[in-house]
Amino acid sequence: MTQHFVPIAARPSPVRTRGAVPWVRTHLFGDLRSSITSVFLLGLAIYLLPRLYSWGLGNAVFSADAQACQNMRGVGACWGVVTEKYRLILLGRFPFEEHWRPVLATSMMLAALVVSCIRAFWKPWLALVWMSVLAVFFVLMGGGVFGLSRVRTDLWGGLPLTVLLATVSIFLAFPLSIAVALGRRSHLPAIRSACIVYIELVRGVPLISVLFMASFMFPLFMPQGVSIDVLVRVVVGITLFAAAYMAEIVRGGLQAIPRGQLEAADTLGLSYWQTQRKIVLPQALAMVVPSIMNNFISIFKDTSLVTIVSMYELTGALSLALNSDVNWRPFKIEAYLFITVIYFLFCFAMSRYSLWVEKQLTASKGR
Amino acid sequence: MYQALAIVLIGLGVWFLAHNTQENMRIRGIQSGFDFLRASAGFDIGETLISFSPSESYGKAIWVGVLNTLRVALIGIVLTTVLGVLLGVGRFSRNALVRGLCYSYVELFRNVPILLQMLMWYLLFVEVLPAPGEAWNLADLFYLSKDGFAFPRPLQGTGYLMVLIGLVAGVLLAWLWRRWALGAFKKTGRLLKPGWPMLGIVLVGVVAGWLAGGMPTQWAIPEAGRFMIEGGGRVSPEFMAVLISLTFYTAAFVAEVVRGGIQSVSLGQKEASAALGLAPRQTMKLVVLPQAMRVIVPPLTNQYLNLTKNSSLAVAVGYPDVVSIANTTLNQSGRAVECVAIIMLVYLTTSLSTSLFMNAYNKRMAIPER
Repeated sequence: MTQHFVPIAARPSPVRTRGAVPWVRTHLFGDLRSSITSVFLLGLAIYLLPRLYSWGLGNAVFSADAQACQNMRGVGACWGVVTEKYRLILLGRFPFEEHWRPVLATSMMLAALVVSCIRAFWKPWLALVWMSVLAVFFVLMGGGVFGLSRVRTDLWGGLPLTVLLATVSIFLAFPLSIAVALGRRSHLPAIRSACIVYIELVRGVPLISVLFMASFMFPLFMPQGVSIDVLVRVVVGITLFAAAYMAEIVRGGLQAIPRGQLEAADTLGLSYWQTQRKIVLPQALAMVVPSIMNNFISIFKDTSLVTIVSMYELTGALSLALNSDVNWRPFKIEAYLFITVIYFLFCFAMSRYSLWVEKQLTASKGR
Repeated sequence: MYQALAIVLIGLGVWFLAHNTQENMRIRGIQSGFDFLRASAGFDIGETLISFSPSESYGKAIWVGVLNTLRVALIGIVLTTVLGVLLGVGRFSRNALVRGLCYSYVELFRNVPILLQMLMWYLLFVEVLPAPGEAWNLADLFYLSKDGFAFPRPLQGTGYLMVLIGLVAGVLLAWLWRRWALGAFKKTGRLLKPGWPMLGIVLVGVVAGWLAGGMPTQWAIPEAGRFMIEGGGRVSPEFMAVLISLTFYTAAFVAEVVRGGIQSVSLGQKEASAALGLAPRQTMKLVVLPQAMRVIVPPLTNQYLNLTKNSSLAVAVGYPDVVSIANTTLNQSGRAVECVAIIMLVYLTTSLSTSLFMNAYNKRMAIPER
């Protein structure tokens, strides 16, 4: 008996798990239900996308020609309304010949914002930069010096106003919120209850009622003869509103600091303010950065509400630009889409940035 | 020391503001007090839950506004919960298209201001929808046009009242049954599926109510006339714009809350329950969701409150909510302080009562600690 060597059948080569085809197999056609969903959604996309394309691009009118737009009504988008009105939408009622001023001021402000987001620039002199940027912003917008003509604040509008309201409110609300959050955890009952009343009162009412108060009631609060610019009143309103929300976020961070650290600081003989400044706040604030960024995003979106109290920021400037113009009014929806894109870009950029900051923070906690 | 200083400062501030206000009011001849609430309003309200005529008082007008706010907020909360939970769970789907779609939805809708969305929806309804004469209709029962959305509704009468009572009784009984079933499960470990029997109990309640009410069958069905749609129930385009924008906007946030909650349950819990032999569905229902709920509920409450507060933007599209009616009242009567105070009071009451209720709920759900 001789034994023959019979090789066993070769094993099948392993199924590829990387690359496009396997990805499609597991992620789109993993099981029956998933496959049906995929086919349905793909079908929907095949139905919708060409229509969307022909409306948004294919048949769209890009030139500022109201007649052409009217002819393509319902078939193609009229981006001509943006071509025609973008200066009014973006800059509001600012005098037309002086448009370079808000453009310059806003770009400066945006540049400063971008720079402040980069870690290498987180130095003490950044505060100085900001002060000068704000000063230059107000000089450029308001004028009255250096041969610039005077422009009253009720003529400010559009994107500059949106950026201004958001930035200034954020800068003012942040320190206020820290003070209120510390106050809410204070041992002094009078201060604590005052802070609690403030926070709960403001968080319980909608922003619009605060803005109503700023625009209708504030004049009554001031002594005779003193009148305060509506822009300032609205900024104060938004600041007080945002600070209450931010104070609760900061309080969350304060509560997360273990008692032991406070006791250790007491033992070392640090005073209350030294403890807060050197031990508690650095840790607490770092912890709540993502939530604070979210709050910034909502302040930015909330600036759109000032249009209800007749200030012409981005949303208001759009109505201002189109409502009075019979030729272009029918194409308001395209103009709305245009500022939607602007708001989206700002907010999306901020939320991406907050994710990056969060990663930086958790990096220090990782092992 | 600090305290005394703070009290003096706050006191001074309040006195300063109050004094100035009184002074200003005296000089401008503005009267104060809430007596104007009894004066006749003189304006009509397009959309009311209770009947209202211009000769009735400002007080009633504002009450109509409160009811309108509550109506849009309550319906919005229900819809936004459903949509938000679906979107949040969709982020964990095995299908990449569903995941991507849910992600894009959330990013798109929460990064655009709610006011802008509301204005866009309103514009869409006013521009795109057909005139009432050629309304889009579904089976001659539902009509959609510039005039709003018309739908059949049961005629008011005692018969339908019994159906409603039957429904409430059914829901109560089903809830009691569920409690009993869960109690039995904890004692014996035998799991009675509560889903279908609960639905059955509710149905039995409704049918019993219907029978007891004398089997009413009349419905008010909308009919298309040449210029308008008559009869049936109707909601205005303003209401739809407010409701849809609030729902879509808040749902994006609810989706994030739900996603965060589900992610917060550690993987070990799922693995352990799988090791104990629980099916995936049971794992979800008995292990993951109860723990996720603890994380989800507090921020979810905040979202509900946000939705209610955002409903105040209805003033921008002309839906007669409490802010918009108080605003009209303000312009007519000139009582700025009182009107803004009324708006704030209405929202404060809602917010504070909701947070009281939610705190109680949280206390019940919290993990017992030492």
